Amino acid sequence: MHNQSQSFRDSTISTARELEIELEELPDWYCCGAVYPLRSEDLISLLSPTRNLMGAKKEGKELVTLCSACYQVLKRTNYLILNDADKREKLNNYLEEKYDGSTKVLHFLEVIRKDVGWEELKSKVKTSLTGLKAAPYYGCLLLRPQKELVFDHPENPTIFENFLQSLGCDIVDFPYKTECCGAYLGITEEKVINSAVLKIIQGANKRGIEVLITSCPLCLYNLEAGQKELMKSGHISKPVPVLYFTQLLALALGLGVDVCHFEEHQINPLPVLERLK
Amino acid sequence: MEISIEKINYELREAIEERSNQKIINCYQCGKCSAGCPSENLMDVPPHEIVRMLQLGLIDEALEVNSPWFCTSCFTCLSRCPRAIDIARIMEALRYYNLNDVFQPFDPNVLSDEVKTRLPQQALVSLWRKGT
Repeated sequence: MHNQSQSFRDSTISTARELEIELEELPDWYCCGAVYPLRSEDLISLLSPTRNLMGAKKEGKELVTLCSACYQVLKRTNYLILNDADKREKLNNYLEEKYDGSTKVLHFLEVIRKDVGWEELKSKVKTSLTGLKAAPYYGCLLLRPQKELVFDHPENPTIFENFLQSLGCDIVDFPYKTECCGAYLGITEEKVINSAVLKIIQGANKRGIEVLITSCPLCLYNLEAGQKELMKSGHISKPVPVLYFTQLLALALGLGVDVCHFEEHQINPLPVLERLK
Repeated sequence: MEISIEKINYELREAIEERSNQKIINCYQCGKCSAGCPSENLMDVPPHEIVRMLQLGLIDEALEVNSPWFCTSCFTCLSRCPRAIDIARIMEALRYYNLNDVFQPFDPNVLSDEVKTRLPQQALVSLWRKGT
């Protein structure tokens, strides 16, 4: 986030300040590992997320994440520690201090819902985004498996819609909102990304969607890089810019384009956003 | 493909069940996983057929197909499975048994500078985690 997604970081920090949500960077944080280990004996990969959870516990705070992948890994790790006594004990044997699973993991969207509320958010909007045809792109990692994440409905979630409604956007019903973008496979198997992105973007074009919003840096990268490839090969004619939800929030709260770092994007969203001013 | 009771590698099948923590026999082949799988068109064998192969004891055959390498762990199959089988976990277990045969560690130097500067670190970490 400090390195390649400054747009996500800065827009979140400034919007949190504006909404009077107190965020503090976790001291000595670790990379969560990006994927939740699926083999039942793979406990070593759970150590770094557990250390993050323990760090938040030491601070006596809730652990807020922005990225969908971090959310998935941290929340599932916590679920395992809470519900599997055997694994909890094994994990604790590796750790300097005992951890019991008591840290609460929240996504920044959940924080906005809890601390501000959708109605209240509506009243804080300075630049209404009325007329902007936006649709959410949830991806996979925020939603599934639902039993462990308990974030929203695994295939028909609505939290982003509520969020967009508060900002005044014209929400477009988007059936591809929970499709997979191809994830890390894009590095080695380009065709996975291309076939996934083609489906998503054609669907977006058909519905006249002007901007897609997401909370996952990898979804954003795949959707942008995939679109660039598909433009070159002539499979799609009209690219759809992809934004982090916090960037749209920053614009709506009147925080200006500086915190959004639109220069990071491979598909320039400014032409679409220009007319909102 | 020959199906025979002599061919069943019970030990390996049990190991796959244990590593994935899934009961393979629970599947009744409705095919919803394959219907919703985003990578199904790229797989040699769709997900429900992999499970069927494991049920029938065709373990060696299941280890030969490319399907596990195209699984992105998006959990669409799990969310739709009426028997709550986590196929992503089964795929992960199959990948594990396949690593020694086909796996070559990914070399990030093959990426272009453009990709290197933009690609989220998350992608590389995931790839290495899944492939080691």
